[in-house]
Amino acid sequence: MSIEIVNVHKAFGENEVLKGFTLTIPVGQTTSIIGGSGSGKSVALKHIIGLIRPDVGDVWVDGDNVSRLDQNSVYALRRKVGYVFQFAALFDSMTVADNVGMGLKRIPDLAEGWIRDRVAECLHLVDMDGFGDRYPSELSGGQKKRAGLARAIATEPTYLLYDEPTTGLDPVTRAVIDDLIVRMAEELGVTGVVITHDMTSAFRISDRVAMLYDGRIRLEGTPAEMRQTEDPIVKGFIEGRPELLESAT
Amino acid sequence: MPLFVRPIVAVGRGTLASIVAVGKAGYLAVDAIHALKQVQLWGPHLLVQMTRIGVESVPIALFIAMFTGIVLALQASYTFTGAVPLYFVGVLVGKTMVLELGPVLTGLALSGRVGANIAAEIGTMRVTEQIDALEALAYDPVAYLVVPRVLAGAIMFPVVVILANAVGIAAGWATSLVLLDMSSPAFMRGLRLFFEPFDVQFSMIKSVTFGLTVTAVGSSFGFHTRGGAEGVGRAATGAVVISSMIILVLDAFWAAVLL
Repeated sequence: MSIEIVNVHKAFGENEVLKGFTLTIPVGQTTSIIGGSGSGKSVALKHIIGLIRPDVGDVWVDGDNVSRLDQNSVYALRRKVGYVFQFAALFDSMTVADNVGMGLKRIPDLAEGWIRDRVAECLHLVDMDGFGDRYPSELSGGQKKRAGLARAIATEPTYLLYDEPTTGLDPVTRAVIDDLIVRMAEELGVTGVVITHDMTSAFRISDRVAMLYDGRIRLEGTPAEMRQTEDPIVKGFIEGRPELLESAT
Repeated sequence: MPLFVRPIVAVGRGTLASIVAVGKAGYLAVDAIHALKQVQLWGPHLLVQMTRIGVESVPIALFIAMFTGIVLALQASYTFTGAVPLYFVGVLVGKTMVLELGPVLTGLALSGRVGANIAAEIGTMRVTEQIDALEALAYDPVAYLVVPRVLAGAIMFPVVVILANAVGIAAGWATSLVLLDMSSPAFMRGLRLFFEPFDVQFSMIKSVTFGLTVTAVGSSFGFHTRGGAEGVGRAATGAVVISSMIILVLDAFWAAVLL
């Protein structure tokens, strides 16, 4: 039971984004993939649930090769993977409660009452009791992210994928989202994959950190190991020192 | 590049882009046919889309039809006076509304109202990752978003066109009575003179294909939107331009094949 990304290459036209991306996500832990803007982090994450298919390479989730699955099998796999989008991607024509219940409505034989209770439970888990009747346009950025998280956990997934969960938030709200990610791992026991360029957040929430650079993993380790590295590319990125990056390239 | 070559290159690029757009719409239409079996995804949205695409389009379609009927009657009278009996005004208003202007003007107007709306709505969902979110939640976005819109277009365009035809003819009749000093029996005599029931079928066949075109092209442009607000704007414009072009091509095609 794990996620394994093996030698994935992906290009969009002339732009080769992933060039042999390989990473194993340990079960029951939270792994952050860090890297600069445009380094291909989101592209890598979307490969895990088959939103993007690799040109070369394989993505394995619980023993299934996502890139070779037919559409129905991909949909079945997506029910055990929750995805928290960068800007929440809430359906703006629906209330928060309807958004959270969307994934549940795809599961056969669930009673309306059960879905309603589960939606309320998920909103409670992300501290959004009483927000069910609001529309996304009535929420702040942090509330949207929490509603997106509630939608992702509604189907009780084994894995949770977070796309830049703290981008664009103020420091206090960032801390709240970080705490939620840690709580999801501890209380629900989910395996988390977070992509971020927010180093404070990455070190706070992660069991492991991997840096994506030039289309492949440059270095992987625990937060402590990453902090101690002498690799100028990784060190320059973590410490926000462009001169180290420039000297190394 | 020499100056005189530039217009040729621009035309070539525009033609290629149009062909690509039509091809993408065709692929999406095939996906939509495959997605028809997922009734549980598109079924609950069909009525809503029929209201938005059809019922809410009735006012603009009738407005256009009314003034078209008035102008047709006046121009027919201007052309026929002194040469052809005036009851031929009824022939021209009836035939032209049912065979040509009712479906085509309604189709062109709705390519703006409906096609641009669909492209902008789905395009915004694309650039804000709402379509990715649908897929992540195990929804087929073609079944959920495209099928109900395309079906609603195919069902409701003929209904709107029937109403537009009726209002256009009624406006022509009223104009003949009030402004041309014609009698009702004279107008009706002309209206019945060359009327064939097939004319109505022809009008319906055209409007079904126009409905499919406008909704499929709008959905396709929305689905393939790239970039932010600018991309959504381009998608809406492209949907109107391409669906209008296809409507005119289809108009000529059906005339050549069925008349």
